[in-house]
Amino acid sequence: MKQQAWLSRVSLAVAPIIVALLLTGLLVIAVGGNPLQALTEVLRGGFRDVASFAGVVNFWIPLTLAATGLIVTFTAGLWNIGVDGQITMGAIFASAVALSWNLPGPLLVIAQLVAAMIGGAFWGAVCGFLKTRLGVNEIFGGVALNQIASLATLYMISGPWQPPEGGSVRGSPPFPPESLFPVISDEFSVSLVMLIVVVISLVMIGLALRGTRWGLSLKATGQNARSALLLGVPVNRSALSAFIVCGMLAGMAGAFRTQFAFTSPSIRPLVSGGIGFLAVLVALVVARRISWLPLVTFAFSALLGGSAQLKAVLRLDVALVGVLQGVLVLTILLFNGLRTRLESRTSDRSGTSATPTPSVSGSEAVHG
Amino acid sequence: MDIELRHIHKRFGPVHANNDINLTFLGGRIYGVLGENGAGKSTLMKILSGYQPADSGSILLDGTEVDYRNPQIALHYGVGMLQQDPLDVPAFTVLENFIFGAIGARGYRGHAAARLLREVCSRFGFELDPDTPIASLSIGGRQQLEIARLLALGVKTLILDEPTTGISAEQKTILFNALKSLAKNDGLSVLLVSHKLEDVIALCDEVAVLRAGKLVGTRALPATPSELVALMFGQILEPAQRIAVNLDNAAEAIRFENVTLRSKRLQVKDFNLNVRAGEVIGLAGLDGSGQELFLRACVGLAKPAVGHIHFEGRDMTGASFRQFLAAGAAFSAAGRLEEGLIAGLTLTEHTALMTEHHPVIDWGRARQRTINRIQTYHVRGTPESQIEQLSGGNQQRMLMALMPESAVLLALEQPTRGLDVDSARWIWQQLMVRRDIGAAIVFSSPDLDEIVTYSDRILVFYAGRVTEIPDARQATIDQLGRLIGGHNEEVPR
Ligand SMILES: Nc1ncnc2c1ncn2[C@@H]1O[C@H](COP(=O)(O)OP(=O)(O)OP(=O)(O)O)[C@@H](O)[C@H]1O
Ligand SMILES: [Mg+2]
Repeated sequence: MKQQAWLSRVSLAVAPIIVALLLTGLLVIAVGGNPLQALTEVLRGGFRDVASFAGVVNFWIPLTLAATGLIVTFTAGLWNIGVDGQITMGAIFASAVALSWNLPGPLLVIAQLVAAMIGGAFWGAVCGFLKTRLGVNEIFGGVALNQIASLATLYMISGPWQPPEGGSVRGSPPFPPESLFPVISDEFSVSLVMLIVVVISLVMIGLALRGTRWGLSLKATGQNARSALLLGVPVNRSALSAFIVCGMLAGMAGAFRTQFAFTSPSIRPLVSGGIGFLAVLVALVVARRISWLPLVTFAFSALLGGSAQLKAVLRLDVALVGVLQGVLVLTILLFNGLRTRLESRTSDRSGTSATPTPSVSGSEAVHG
Repeated sequence: MDIELRHIHKRFGPVHANNDINLTFLGGRIYGVLGENGAGKSTLMKILSGYQPADSGSILLDGTEVDYRNPQIALHYGVGMLQQDPLDVPAFTVLENFIFGAIGARGYRGHAAARLLREVCSRFGFELDPDTPIASLSIGGRQQLEIARLLALGVKTLILDEPTTGISAEQKTILFNALKSLAKNDGLSVLLVSHKLEDVIALCDEVAVLRAGKLVGTRALPATPSELVALMFGQILEPAQRIAVNLDNAAEAIRFENVTLRSKRLQVKDFNLNVRAGEVIGLAGLDGSGQELFLRACVGLAKPAVGHIHFEGRDMTGASFRQFLAAGAAFSAAGRLEEGLIAGLTLTEHTALMTEHHPVIDWGRARQRTINRIQTYHVRGTPESQIEQLSGGNQQRMLMALMPESAVLLALEQPTRGLDVDSARWIWQQLMVRRDIGAAIVFSSPDLDEIVTYSDRILVFYAGRVTEIPDARQATIDQLGRLIGGHNEEVPR
């Protein structure tokens, strides 16, 4: 009996991956490729050599930061779609420091990170303010704020930060050398500082959610804001703080993107690279189990890292990896739902669902 | 339809919630299902209505064994249940819920549905406005809607798990008569889970009594309340006593000065009241007559449109709930899982929310405090239980256990909702201890007996109008019953 339950748990965890691979494999066949070859290329792609592995890690860092932030807002029952804009704002603030401040190297790096946190937090706070004070749903607010952040990037690039050679919207001039984040080696160009920042963020958020009044307040607010209020939780302040903390982490992800996303450190349009949206998917998949988060983000990063190979070797479209990710997320959520149903069959059907995801309104769970 | 339960077992971890239950319910009869809090009544009813499966045992409908996997299939067989905490959709209106609940079973829409709803309501004496959103309905109203929905679907067995009794004596008579006639003429069987023994005696033909998961006996009615109590608890309980306190020199706890309260549906106008420390004020009234609004105004959850509220002499008009909480007010609502408790959180997490105010939570201490509360309030559960895993009455005990110890004012909406007779009395003992150390208590209850027994003063609400009975000892239940139904008469002074 016990063993059987364990088996079904494992198979429910592995099954979505297999289903997702099968579905994508069908797609590969449909466009005339060899699915097995495609799979091996993707899996190998991120680990071909030191440089490609560095690429994976450099994607993993901002993705993990943003997803960690999202766990905070999800715990508070908030769909913080605006995280992409918070990344962008972080990038803009960091760029402002990098392009105009004169500080010795290490200080300038720290200043960029601090500025990025302020920028992201500011953008998160705006979303939180709209939500808690004016009753604007955070999804709509977030989408609008994402747009505004993109426009702000374009404006800065084509205006104040126009490169000396003149009118282009391709990007700002390269950041000065002192502003660059030191890397471990030329071969393995990964920032040790940022790795440490990621680990610290994960550990701190994990501990804070579990062991502090703040974390408990967020959880209470997310599960039932009305009751939380009656139990003495300042629900609006909780929600706002969740946005701010998420914004800080997303902002650092933005600063990181300016440093490592492009051939030379600079800010360009679409600096977030859609990492915010990917992070939302990750947060959906891990729900509130933060210990799973670094693994899941790593898997996503490896898949993306390997995707470059698809085009180079197999002449398949890179978008296939996007499809694989999408299908993977869908199947995982599907199987999560299935598991909840199965579990509730064996216990109590009228109970609440086992995988907590934020309710859309952020305050009221729909019964039934 | 005859129902037979054979060897039903259900365990939740170490708790044997149903232990080898064998019972037969015949069509056309009305049964009471009794038992102390946590005895396993809701569990058994949920099994019978498909909300959860039994671990073992079988259910026979008219002699054939059935295995329904969910409530829809049970409903298809004609077994429908009103849950202890109604499962409706708060954002929808009454009519929408009525229609929504029918999809998959019989599907009707628009005008036909509105007509059907009206018919059912007039037959059972319900007063439900089809366009009211559920969120602004009282618990009693939501339960009425659920009953109307099930009966319109043509259930053959109707299970009522603790319907609240916030209806007038006349409404209750209409409802009971309608149920009896349905049983007699249409063969409907009704299973009523209730702690209101008077209701059970008035309505039921027979009772089954559970204790600690086991069936301890069945008995045909009529019987007296004390006979039923003896069956439930294995002993006879002394009638509740209360010792009046001298309030002459008591300080003022809360004072309402020319206050007007408004909600979407009613207003309580130009209201004056002075509640003293150690005083107990009972609020009588049908569901939604203004007492809910008044209780919320006591703690800043409803703001006065006009007038002033003084708390311990301080003007706190317009202050927020958190400010009232900080000043020493406490509140508990009747809809405990919507307002007060948080499904998904453990008992320890609830305690921590109320007592741990440092940034870092000392989980060891919070757990110890939870254990203390569990012991003092006899909550059946562990610190690690999630609140929704507790039985209804045990949730209520936990809610009461969470009330801050040093409260100046306790505003309690139906403080003993869902508690068995013994626990209700026991909760009142705890409340009286708090009163003795100076807490003022303002409480509402659909149970007029409870109001007369424990109040110093009574306020009767009818459609927002307030009548004060300055000395509760002068009040009788009959008189209160007439007053809450809107019949004006001389109030004894
Ligand atoms: N989902 C669950 N998980 C764990 N334990 C449960 C669950 N549901 C019920 N129990 C336990 O089973 C026992 C019986 O609960 P049940 O709800 O049937 O009691 P009840 O007779 O309806 O009591 P009440 O009068 O308080 O409503 C209780 O001890 C309760 O804690
Ligand atoms: Mg119950």
